[in-house]
Amino acid sequence: MPFGNTHNKLKMNYSSEQEYPDLSKHNNHMAKVLTPEMYGNLRDKETPSGFTLDDVIQTGVDNPGHPFIMTVGCVAGDEETYDVFKELMDPVIEDRHGGYKPSDKHKTDLNSDNLQGGDDLDPNYVLSSRVRTGRSIRGFCLPPHCSRGERRAIENLSIESLDSLDGDLKGKYYALKNMTDEEQQQLIDDHFLFDKPVSPLLLASGMARDWPDGRGIWHNDNKTFLVWVNEEDHLRVISMQKGGNMREVFTRFCTGLTKIEALFKERSHEFMWNEHLGYVLTCPSNLGTGLRAGVHVKLPNLSKHEKFGEILKKLRLQKRGTGGVDTAAVGGVFDISNADRLGFSEVELVQMVVDGVNLLVDMEKRLEGGDSIDDLMPEQK
Amino acid sequence: MANSFTRMMTGRNPAVLLAVGAGSLASGYLLTENAAAAERRRLYPPSADFPDLRKHNNCMAAALTPTIYARLRDRTTPNNWTLDQCIQTGVDNPGHPFIKTVGMVAGDEESYEVFAELFDPVIKDRHNGYDPRTMKHPTDLDSSKVTSGMFDEHYVLSSRVRTGRSIRGLSLPPACSRSERREVERVVVTALSGLKGDLSGRYYSLGDMTDREQQQLIDEHFLFDKPVSPLLTAAGMARDWPDARGIWHNNERNFLIWINEEDHTRIISMEKGGNMKRVFERFCRGLKQVEHLIQERGWEFMWNERMGYILTCPSNLGTGLRAGVHIRLPFLSKDPRFKKILDNLRLQKRGTGGVDTAATGDTFDISNLDRLGKSEVELVQLVIDGVNYLIECEKRLERGQDIKIPSPIAQFRK
Repeated sequence: MPFGNTHNKLKMNYSSEQEYPDLSKHNNHMAKVLTPEMYGNLRDKETPSGFTLDDVIQTGVDNPGHPFIMTVGCVAGDEETYDVFKELMDPVIEDRHGGYKPSDKHKTDLNSDNLQGGDDLDPNYVLSSRVRTGRSIRGFCLPPHCSRGERRAIENLSIESLDSLDGDLKGKYYALKNMTDEEQQQLIDDHFLFDKPVSPLLLASGMARDWPDGRGIWHNDNKTFLVWVNEEDHLRVISMQKGGNMREVFTRFCTGLTKIEALFKERSHEFMWNEHLGYVLTCPSNLGTGLRAGVHVKLPNLSKHEKFGEILKKLRLQKRGTGGVDTAAVGGVFDISNADRLGFSEVELVQMVVDGVNLLVDMEKRLEGGDSIDDLMPEQK
Repeated sequence: MANSFTRMMTGRNPAVLLAVGAGSLASGYLLTENAAAAERRRLYPPSADFPDLRKHNNCMAAALTPTIYARLRDRTTPNNWTLDQCIQTGVDNPGHPFIKTVGMVAGDEESYEVFAELFDPVIKDRHNGYDPRTMKHPTDLDSSKVTSGMFDEHYVLSSRVRTGRSIRGLSLPPACSRSERREVERVVVTALSGLKGDLSGRYYSLGDMTDREQQQLIDEHFLFDKPVSPLLTAAGMARDWPDARGIWHNNERNFLIWINEEDHTRIISMEKGGNMKRVFERFCRGLKQVEHLIQERGWEFMWNERMGYILTCPSNLGTGLRAGVHIRLPFLSKDPRFKKILDNLRLQKRGTGGVDTAATGDTFDISNLDRLGKSEVELVQLVIDGVNYLIECEKRLERGQDIKIPSPIAQFRK
């Protein structure tokens, strides 16, 4: 059933000017793009499941901006959002994803054999390696809009499919609302547990409704493959391990994803995907691959170098603190990952991380020895 | 004129508005929408969507059964507001350990009718058995009827009366669109600009105020800010903040109106000291003048004779009135009979920061518990008599004399 303002048909008795949000103090992609004229064109439309323009933009209206990060400011309530509201979504996507055009095609490549190297990132510097992405199940509404019945159906489908995994992927599901105190503590200690979102960016979009109903965590017995169910997306899939063998992490990632997709297909469900946007997820920033491949790496010297930011930019990488987005680096250890999501394939993005991190570690070693790194400066990728 | 104007604005069937007063509504069914939404409803019967309320402790969770849910899930108000939207806040907030929260809100005036099957038992639970199907709520804003309204200022530091009012024909804060909210602001601010004499004042829009104005309003304890309570944010009241929100106060700074916070309007009359009678007199006079000013332009307040004034939260139906004092009771507050005395007087204590705050020192916020089933005059008189009794107890304890627990006050008249 609809959430929030969805079916407020009374709105249409008022003019577009009267309804247009005050975005004068806003700094997000939606606010930059949404003109009064565009608002007028889109305000009477809705997706087949009833998601409206105001639903799409509510989070961006309620959250004027982040001081350091340009937030997206809009979300999808279902797969059709990206089509029905393409007049808004296309320029937001173009702005967010480096000029990606409505006519561009996105390449999907989950064949880890195509990755070169990546198994020997120096473990003296690279403490851990991780690859994550998201998947949405076609035919269901996305977290901002889904009903309790849909969310539970997604959970049941996921449990059924994941329970069929075997070998090193065999594992167990922990529903958020049923876990014991011991299970909860273990998941916290393993850094697996996710909690009810507190970020107003997420809350304003309606993703946290009915918490913790239908939410849970699945992980394999080896604790190297993890799936979050019904957090910010239908599924978030994570492969991770200590050390620098990104190749192994990515291989497991691809194998696991491919198997999960097959298991869903056995049950007549597929992932949301199309050749223009790749994998369709709730936030436009995660379209395409939805992939963030990253490492925790020690760069105490390089991080103080005046060209650190520029180097990362050239390598198409971004830095975060070890707590994830919006955290600070601790002890010279940074989370370094790909900046892009759309317009590059999974293999291409992981390759960029592997090559880029190898270079960063080389630079760190040079600076440790008191040597210059000028000859190592990369070209813009 | 009011009726035709509201009809034009809302497009609502006038029969629905009349039926609200008559106490019966044939059906809230609106066969809208398209095939896809209908298909979803078929795929997901009400049982698939019924919320998990096993760990919940609020009035909505106590009243909502799968049967009621099944009957109401697919209904909508004329504005397409649904049951799920009414109860979302109660689903998302299982409960406060000490306070039984209500757990549901109205999106518009019609919510109370279309979803009466759930609102009625919640109203009964919250308002001590008041039955909106059979009972009538008395409205009485004649402040001249109040007696002994001047408290001993050695004990009473300040006096305050507040209520809320909703503008008929416009959706309530959980459901309103930006233009409706801006319309509420326009209607109310226009009306307030017509107030004269000791009531004349000015409006400060939340989004436009200067830093200096903001600091002044904070220092005077007038300013309200974006709600942080998950009870309110889960209901959608904070959308588009601070658009169309603001504060109006008179030049004398003792009559204050909040616009588009938790209700369309909250009206507050207050002053330092113990002259509750004067506070209430100004309250009633101000309210009547505002009502008159909006009626001149074809608007009216949401009201009916069974539920009194209609507000967003069922807990504020009836009078929506909280009359209270900040009072020092160093002896009485330490007496083990304090709570029982308050209970029997139908009063509640809060800390001086308001609900969910602790008392500082020996100073308490003491106010009426009830909102529905007794008139404004009755409730204010109850507070006056009750506070006078508390002061008597305090004085007796000061002198080393004993105090008595008063007999419990009767519930509303039938």
